Amino acid sequence: MPDLAIQAKGLTRTFGGFTAVDHITFEVRAGEVFGFLGANGAGKTTAIRMLTGLLAPSGGDATVAGHDVRREGEAIKRDIGYMSQRFSLYDDLTVRENIQLYGGIYDLSGAEIRDRTQRMLARLGLEHVERQAVRAIPLGWKQKLALSVALLHQPKIVFLDEPTSGVDPITRRQFWELIYETAHGGTTVLVTTHYMDEAEYCDRISIMVAGRIDAMGTPAELKQQAGVESIDELFVRLARPTNGDTSQQATA
Amino acid sequence: MNALWGLLRKEGYHILRDRRTLAVLIFMPIVQVILFGYSIRTDVKDVRLVIVDPTPDATTLELRNRFRAAGTFRIIAVVPSSAELTPLFQTDTAQVAVEFQSRFGERLAVGEVAQVLVTTDATEPNSGSARQTYVTAVIQNYQQELRQGRGSVRIVPQVRSRFNPTRESTNLFVPGLMAMVLTIIAALMTALSLTREKETGTMETLLVSPLRPWQIIVGKVAPYLLIGFVSVIAVLVEAKVVFHVPIRGSVPLLLVEGTLFILVALSLGILISARTSSQRVAMMAAMIGTMLPTQMLSGFIFPLESMPRLLQWISNIIPATWFVLVARGIMLKGVGLAYLWPETLVLGGMALVLLVASTRSFKVRLE
Repeated sequence: MPDLAIQAKGLTRTFGGFTAVDHITFEVRAGEVFGFLGANGAGKTTAIRMLTGLLAPSGGDATVAGHDVRREGEAIKRDIGYMSQRFSLYDDLTVRENIQLYGGIYDLSGAEIRDRTQRMLARLGLEHVERQAVRAIPLGWKQKLALSVALLHQPKIVFLDEPTSGVDPITRRQFWELIYETAHGGTTVLVTTHYMDEAEYCDRISIMVAGRIDAMGTPAELKQQAGVESIDELFVRLARPTNGDTSQQATA
Repeated sequence: MNALWGLLRKEGYHILRDRRTLAVLIFMPIVQVILFGYSIRTDVKDVRLVIVDPTPDATTLELRNRFRAAGTFRIIAVVPSSAELTPLFQTDTAQVAVEFQSRFGERLAVGEVAQVLVTTDATEPNSGSARQTYVTAVIQNYQQELRQGRGSVRIVPQVRSRFNPTRESTNLFVPGLMAMVLTIIAALMTALSLTREKETGTMETLLVSPLRPWQIIVGKVAPYLLIGFVSVIAVLVEAKVVFHVPIRGSVPLLLVEGTLFILVALSLGILISARTSSQRVAMMAAMIGTMLPTQMLSGFIFPLESMPRLLQWISNIIPATWFVLVARGIMLKGVGLAYLWPETLVLGGMALVLLVASTRSFKVRLE
């Protein structure tokens, strides 16, 4: 594993005349929790889709786990986990069946699947619902389950696209504890969110506005540079430029 | 292999847990065959017949009895002259008139030509000609019997019909009907199952995984092939039990051909769903793409021979055209693979082309 888990240079994606992601350049170090912040429609999901191989870039380059996103898409797939913005588990399958399905898809052996399923259910405290349809369990549990399923094959990097949207604050807190555990285990985490308070939990963050990265660094650095109390304040300043400063991002 | 097995099992769970859809999938073909089987018929029953007999004699009385005994006719009037026919036709009281020449029996007895004029109400040309054929058949049978007794007896020209001597239209329609019902249901099943995953978002997760497109496609087609096989059996049993369509050829061969045909339809559904993004669009495409061409251009209702050359050409790319040939061949003519290998080859080729095309057009990336 190289020191850099993700490296993007001038990564761009256009849809017709609309530029969703506009020349973004950033690096994510191995083992880091890297936050992608931005309003809805800022280009976070598009950026993640390019990095996971779901979308072809219109311009620029990127490597994920040392593989080129343009040419080595298949190699990337084995090294990453992905939790999409939309719900990624099957509603009509039970908790256990969902875990088994993904274990199979990632070619784990039967023994590995049984072993990891057991440990995962124990860690999440979901043993009592393993035979229930996913449809029937609370959203917070589903999200934790989806994250664990994305980590089942022990990927080097995991991409989480707005994993906490629509989840209550307590469950969000628990979810972030899971993210920390993951990072401690050596897995790089790239997480997008539009909750600015979650930025404080990340090692480093980048703030996307209208397809561009407008600020990047540790939460403390960013607050200090801008002279603001919270990331929220910084974000509002970036997203809605007042007269004079940072006038280049006019229309979004 | 582990991955494919996992996918197959998952698809099996989806199918088995959605009981309502499963019931629809299995019962829809059965119900449709019954509905269509009884409604699409060109058989005529209860034909209202008028006899014009200026000089009744033993021969004409015997012929009248034959008409009565045939079961298809109801003699509503016997009149002495054709002058009375027009009002009967105009009021729709009569559908067919059989007019004997005067001294009919006498002419036959001395070896002269005895003429009989069959007049049909042709407002509905198809049923009209069907009725006409029925009438001529009765007369011909009688003529044949007479011939065996004495030498040459001449009444009317001869017509023959093979393979469907009873002229039951169900024999002709049921194989085509099976083709239509099975295509629709099969294409619909796969078209919906892949687009459903696109709509719920689970497709993204499959695409990010190391699964290959062919694995996803096989994982989708194989479970439904099993349901399709059940449908084929159900529809065949129905054809035999309800519509008394004979199966003169090999039943195992018919099952294999039916399953091959289902595979073609499932592959068509997969191709549709690989190229559409919502269940609604996929459903419309599957319905229109299978139902209309199968009904109009497979030779199942409308004979292909009478179509313009362009439509005849188009009918060649419709899977049902070939399956109708195979099904009629096995069921009615009792022929085997020795005669049906070209059709079988075409169906196999179609399945292959469609599956390869689906794998190709299946986007590993989102658009």
